[in-house]
Amino acid sequence: MEATIEVSDLRKTYGSTVALDGMTFTVTPGRVTAFVGPNGAGKSTTMRVVLGLDRVDAGTALIGGRPYRSLRTPLRHVGALLDASALHPARSGRDHLLWQAHSQGLGAPRVDEVLRLTGLADVGRRRAGGYSLGMRQRLGVAGALLGDPPVLMLDEPFNGLDPEGIRWMRGFLRALAAEGRAVLVSSHLMSELQDTAGHLVVVGRGKVVADTSVADLIAAASADRVTLRTIARTEAMTALAERGATVAVTDRDTLTVDGLPADQVVTVLSQASVPFSEISAHRATLEEAYMELTRDAVEFRATEVAG
Amino acid sequence: MKGLLRAEFTKFRSVRGWVVGCGVAVVLMLFFAVLAGAGTSDRGGGPRGGGAPPKGPDGTPVVDGFTFVRQPLPADGTLTVRVADLTGTDLPPPRPGDDGAPPAPAEPERPGPAEAEPWAKAGLIVKAGTTPGSPYAAVMVTGDHGVRMQHDFVHDLAGPADARWLRLERKGGTVIGYASADGAAWTRIGTAALATGEVEAGLFVATPPHEEYDQFLGGTSSIGGKVIATGTFEHLTATGTTGDWETEIVGADPSAGRPDVGATRTGDGFTVTGTGDIAPAGGGAGPKLEQTLVGGFAALTVLAVLGVLFVTTEYRRGLVRTTFTATPGRARVLAAKAVVIGAVTFGVGLVASAAALLIGEAVRGGDPYPVAVSTQVRIVVGTAALLAVAAVFAVAIGTILRRGAGAVAAVVLLTTLPYILSVAAVLPAVPAQWVLRLTPAAAFAVQQTVPEWPQVHQAYTPAFGFFPLPPWGGFAVLCAWTAAALAIAAVLLRRRDA
Repeated sequence: MEATIEVSDLRKTYGSTVALDGMTFTVTPGRVTAFVGPNGAGKSTTMRVVLGLDRVDAGTALIGGRPYRSLRTPLRHVGALLDASALHPARSGRDHLLWQAHSQGLGAPRVDEVLRLTGLADVGRRRAGGYSLGMRQRLGVAGALLGDPPVLMLDEPFNGLDPEGIRWMRGFLRALAAEGRAVLVSSHLMSELQDTAGHLVVVGRGKVVADTSVADLIAAASADRVTLRTIARTEAMTALAERGATVAVTDRDTLTVDGLPADQVVTVLSQASVPFSEISAHRATLEEAYMELTRDAVEFRATEVAG
Repeated sequence: MKGLLRAEFTKFRSVRGWVVGCGVAVVLMLFFAVLAGAGTSDRGGGPRGGGAPPKGPDGTPVVDGFTFVRQPLPADGTLTVRVADLTGTDLPPPRPGDDGAPPAPAEPERPGPAEAEPWAKAGLIVKAGTTPGSPYAAVMVTGDHGVRMQHDFVHDLAGPADARWLRLERKGGTVIGYASADGAAWTRIGTAALATGEVEAGLFVATPPHEEYDQFLGGTSSIGGKVIATGTFEHLTATGTTGDWETEIVGADPSAGRPDVGATRTGDGFTVTGTGDIAPAGGGAGPKLEQTLVGGFAALTVLAVLGVLFVTTEYRRGLVRTTFTATPGRARVLAAKAVVIGAVTFGVGLVASAAALLIGEAVRGGDPYPVAVSTQVRIVVGTAALLAVAAVFAVAIGTILRRGAGAVAAVVLLTTLPYILSVAAVLPAVPAQWVLRLTPAAAFAVQQTVPEWPQVHQAYTPAFGFFPLPPWGGFAVLCAWTAAALAIAAVLLRRRDA
């Protein structure tokens, strides 16, 4: 089976609230796709629709070309983590995985395997009610891995993780994608997905606002921007502004220059005899790129409304 | 489906509180069995002569007491008589003691002295002997039920309602009963088998005591008392008999205060006075075997809570999404849950009710209404099945309502509450019977051991252990409710977002 998630033109309303308004995107194998947007943008609803939990008014969601409900042992095709707190507190983590395994025709050995993979081997037989949120997230990931599925879908897996847990989760997701799986990870905090996501699907108000590769996005956001470190801030700003660059102060001795490539900035400063200690091409963080993107999206939406 | 059943069973066994709940259900059954046994073992100190009631030819406990005017009948023969009259007379109520106590309140109105009890009997009988419980065949005029032919206590056939002439004909091993309005044209009512050899044949009169039982919301009242029936016989002819007419009081009550009954010869007949009855024992008021299973309602409540929680905790925790992600076929999940809960609670119920029956019997010590082994198996297996189906019902209600508290309230309101209100005589008898026809509580009929006899007048109400529906008929009512609830739950599961 091809490891893809294809979502096309999903529409759903709750009463007068529009939850999904033509949601369309595709998740391809071999990379982590970040599914990003503010709370209430329709991320969780989309995931529930993909899993056949919620009905839609229109549109289709397919896993490897098939509707989820047609899968006989779905956990062998898609592993999902929707809500790490969806546990019976009196049931041990191991039993929580065991019943899921039985429902897919899997046995206890696989359960112990995923417990080891997620670092829960020592606590598996304890009541899940006593687990920290981080342990619950790991247990949820363990459940998603039970059927060794080619497609993974995780809703806010970083919630409640400590810094060590966040690093573990990032590495884990990268490794899963590197094995050729399609991995869709939702988040409302872009910074969590730094150095993890290869592709970005940004949603707002029930539809896709941007669907782009992370490398392209960061390159676009970083283009023609130079970071300059100098003790002669005022002179540098004057000289660069005369040549048409936009200069912003980011620190006591640091400037960000827009509109001139780095080699020209060096030439201009040398001609004006302005001293500088460092000059580098600026690389935008994923979050900065995301903010820029959503700002454009907001403007786009504003003009759309005006037009 | 096998994997799904394993999954749901794993869910059930891995929550310790639910396994403990099964144990609690067993303990409650045993606790009530001991309680019921202790309650009935405390008897008054007065004489209760006679001990166990006599048993009929088929083992049914019977009442066998009447005034018998008899001759031996060695072989074939025929008896014919006209019953001119059958009346009843109340015995005076027992006098209050001479200790200056205030006089008893005025007696409520009773039927006039001339009116016989509905099942007062006067007629012809051939009987294997005068030992209570021995086989017989009889044809009789009754107070309210016309002419009947009855034999061996449990068999009852209706004859012409207004006939006054009766005839019994013995031929070999068969007795044939006839009735006639005019003594000329005879109607054959039926036949009965009676062993060959010498038997006693003659006239008899008997009447059960007067009983009035009222049940209203929050209380009961019963009045009643012994009655003497007087039968006037004429045109008596007998062929095949030997010797003289002798009067014997069969099954005479040895206790003091026995009414004065007997027979006097009048012309070509007799005037016979008698009390007692020839009929199956009613059994409604006495100890009953199903009282050892009275804890069924408590076990049902506990198991119904388990059935509800098995579903509603998943909704409460959002776990239901994990379940439906693993198994998108929601009706299959519902079916698996029903099968697992049904199987577990059936096993628990079987252990609980078998143990309760044995322990209850051991504690009780007394003699309940005798029950055939097949009936004992039926009440034990039936109680287990009742608990299992009720728990499945709870699964369906839990799925429909999705809230634990509401679903538990609904199940209790539909099963245990109607049962308790009915059998504890809180509800009046007629509403109680309707409640036990219409609600799932009808299934408690599987516990009834005492049969209802059309030829015995007593209060056939739930308070005395009599259900309006037959055992498996009542059980079918619960099954119908459960099937309907499961169907609604399946439709809702399909329609709703998880």
